[in-house]
Amino acid sequence: MIRLPLVLFFSAALFSVGIYGALARRNAVLVLMSIELMLNAVNVNLVAFSQYLQDVALTGQIFALFVITVAAAEVGIGLAIVILLFRNRETINVDEINLLKW
Amino acid sequence: MTWQEWFFAVLGVIGVGAAIRLVTAKNVVHAALYLVVSLLVVGGVYLLLGAEFIAWVQILIYVGAIVVLLLFGLMLTRAPIGREALDNQQRGLAAIVAIGVLVGLIFLVQDAFGGAEIALRPTRIGEAGLSLFTDFVLPFEVVSFVLLAALIGAVALSRREEAP
Repeated sequence: MIRLPLVLFFSAALFSVGIYGALARRNAVLVLMSIELMLNAVNVNLVAFSQYLQDVALTGQIFALFVITVAAAEVGIGLAIVILLFRNRETINVDEINLLKW
Repeated sequence: MTWQEWFFAVLGVIGVGAAIRLVTAKNVVHAALYLVVSLLVVGGVYLLLGAEFIAWVQILIYVGAIVVLLLFGLMLTRAPIGREALDNQQRGLAAIVAIGVLVGLIFLVQDAFGGAEIALRPTRIGEAGLSLFTDFVLPFEVVSFVLLAALIGAVALSRREEAP
């Protein structure tokens, strides 16, 4: 037996740390890592609620699986863009890539 | 507290500690290694909750594939060392936003699920597979199409243009 709020607190802490990382970092790869952290927090929530509701169809777990798949696709595309940026601009600092700003 | 809760608390402290080290690390490769610790802890939490299949998927895909991909990304780009070079000037603002979100979520969770308990029951891989291929066949096919599109997109993006 585990109290549900404990798991949700853990997930909330991971999510907040991910938010801090995504806002405070300027290296694009580190921003991607922080986003992975946030997606993981969401997955923990999905699995915890799936077990809490004793769902026969395991909806939460299956959707956590889908989130993992989409996260993998996102990292693949994201890193392709980062490498392309580095090849063209010699930097991957997100605050120096402002061609589309204004 | 039951032993499962103690075990969970230890896992949680390790995981959140590694996550904090990840967002404050001075060296990008160290950050990737802290990400591995954090992801392994999340896998351990899945095992503790009884979600066996998702735990092994987490370790295979995240630790096995995504972290390796991120490390390739770090090695193919030049990253400086030091927090001043890796962080922008809005660190204080980011910390305020993060703490605000954390406090808000904690109040919300305590208010809504204060006394709820998870009765731990292991779910077998067979149940997950049955559910995946009966109730969720359409999303499964859609997500495989997303993977195919991402694969083609990544190859098309990172290929060098060759003169004809």
